[in-house]
Amino acid sequence: MTNILLITFIISLIYIAVANRLYTYIVILSFQGFVLFGVAFIELTEISLINLIFILFETIVFKAIVIPAFLNYVIKKNNITREAEPFVSNFISVVVVTAIIIASFLLSNSIHDEQLKSIFFVVALSALFTGLYVIVTRRKIITHVMGFLVIENGVFVLSLAVGNEMPMIVNTGIMLDIFVSVLVLGIFINRIGDVLKEHDAEQLQQLKD
Amino acid sequence: MIGAYFILAFVLSLSLFLIRDRRASYLFVWSFIILQWVFTIYVYHHKNETSLDYFTMDALGTIFLVVLSIVCVPAFYHSYVLFNKERNIPRERGIYYAAMIILIASLSAAYLSNHIGVTWIFVELTTLSASALIYHRRNTRTLEATWKYIFVCSISITLVFIGILFLSIAIQQEGLKDLSYKALIANAPILNVFWLKLAFLFIFTGFTAKAGVVPMYTAGIDAKDKAPSPAGALLASVLMNVGFLGIFRFYEVISNTSILRWANNILTMAGLLSIFVAAVYILRVKNLKRMLAYSGVEHMGIVIIGLSSGGIGYYAAILHLILHSFAKPALFFQVNQVYRIYKSKSIYDIGNYFAYNTTGALVLLVAFFIVTAMPPSGLFISEFLIFRSVFEAGHLWLLIPILLLLTLIIWSQGKNFLKILFLKPVGFKEENLEKISPVESISQFILLALVIYLGLNPPPEMVSLINESVRNLPH
Repeated sequence: MTNILLITFIISLIYIAVANRLYTYIVILSFQGFVLFGVAFIELTEISLINLIFILFETIVFKAIVIPAFLNYVIKKNNITREAEPFVSNFISVVVVTAIIIASFLLSNSIHDEQLKSIFFVVALSALFTGLYVIVTRRKIITHVMGFLVIENGVFVLSLAVGNEMPMIVNTGIMLDIFVSVLVLGIFINRIGDVLKEHDAEQLQQLKD
Repeated sequence: MIGAYFILAFVLSLSLFLIRDRRASYLFVWSFIILQWVFTIYVYHHKNETSLDYFTMDALGTIFLVVLSIVCVPAFYHSYVLFNKERNIPRERGIYYAAMIILIASLSAAYLSNHIGVTWIFVELTTLSASALIYHRRNTRTLEATWKYIFVCSISITLVFIGILFLSIAIQQEGLKDLSYKALIANAPILNVFWLKLAFLFIFTGFTAKAGVVPMYTAGIDAKDKAPSPAGALLASVLMNVGFLGIFRFYEVISNTSILRWANNILTMAGLLSIFVAAVYILRVKNLKRMLAYSGVEHMGIVIIGLSSGGIGYYAAILHLILHSFAKPALFFQVNQVYRIYKSKSIYDIGNYFAYNTTGALVLLVAFFIVTAMPPSGLFISEFLIFRSVFEAGHLWLLIPILLLLTLIIWSQGKNFLKILFLKPVGFKEENLEKISPVESISQFILLALVIYLGLNPPPEMVSLINESVRNLPH
């Protein structure tokens, strides 16, 4: 069951590569939140109840509902155009993301490690590099934030791989999630929306040498 | 004591944020300075004790804490000057001082933590407080700098976290759980090499955002440029130390394993590239503050090279960091005076500084010699020792490009500094110039004198502390 969920997660990464509208990104992020909820629920059977409730709260409430709703609100409030406006064509994006996933598979197959479930490793690495790819190739500031959220989802998957033994690690990761998301989204998107009319990262090029 | 320090610092910061009365806020700032010094003296006299489980007052942490406490006093003084000369809105002042106190307290905590996760948490806190300082002037350019800083630092801190996850995978395979540095150093030889390598790559890349080394140095440049000068001084010195500390603590862990050579190669590459990047940008940069920020990248590159060369390089790297943390703030404090006279940071608009502010010009002249590591600067001693360690490690191919790049850096810095001091600026009107009191330059002279004194005549306490902090590394 975990494998099915994680493979769905990987497919959603490919979907992000071709998505054109910002709402599609939000839906995918929310969907990934639900998938992570499922994985955490199945995997983390050995940790204490309070920890489990905390983790489930993080995935289902924070990742799947609050952040997407907030992104939605930001887009509406600042009248951001609904297109993602990538620099490269969608076809190339699909090829690149597929290449990332294949490379992660090959890398994880090269480790002969019985304890680690290598699929977690594959998913985490793919999400990390897909997130970085989204950040690099999209024009809008808000898509940069979305790319960062994809990276965080990948980190969460990786922390689940060690979560049963070290619940503290998972909790710290969740702290990172909440802290950074609130900082980046809450304070900043609002400010940038008030100050800059267009939400292009190209506006942020005044500081140079 | 550490717990009391954190609680008091937090309370002071909160009261600064809530109570906007001018006198009250300076009372709070004074009490924080006293608190910081009491805490530093306490730490100095309780060497190697552990407190609250996660904080150990070890040698390296103590050194950096003392440096921080010395630098923070002039930083607060120049912030006071800043608020006297610029707009002084109670709300902005409250946030500024509150953020500065949180920054200093979280730096102290990160220096002393003995657990990789705790270091990580407090480094994250420094990002938050530093971004409040960068955004202080509240215009589009500071907004841009803050946004870039937060974004790049968030990605880097995530990379560090991924590194910690890889490390914990390696730890778990051996049936262990402890992530404190002590346990890591003890258990490092039996850990899986593959995971250790991955962990090192991610942790190193992540901490370079704070340390100001290639690859993630970019955000720090904009931040130091756009933050008010006293805050920029902290970002360019003590905050870079915390990035180095993160790298150093993990370097200690892997220094007892078989991947040390591989890690040294990566550090060497990063250090050389940092010096290269710094040289390229210093050659063409026109903004005085950005030039100083790139000079920080250069010095950190030299420090990383010293670390990777081993031998006397370990000692010299830490000495270099200490001296650099005194030299760079002096320059940043001085740039604020330059800005107040010329209303510009561009080297084109600045010139003939001796005519307008003699004391300040003297500071710039001395600081130029200090920061380019010419004798009698203490940085000359540490750089010399680092080059000796590179030579002794047999890396002549590395030494030659570094020396060539340093020559370029010294040449272009000299060109810029001497223009500022002696050449007349074009189109500058000498009306309504602000008269700057020489008193404002005293702290810079003291800091620069410290650099010379500590380099030429290092006190035995400092030498023994440095030697103790590198004792875990192979000799």
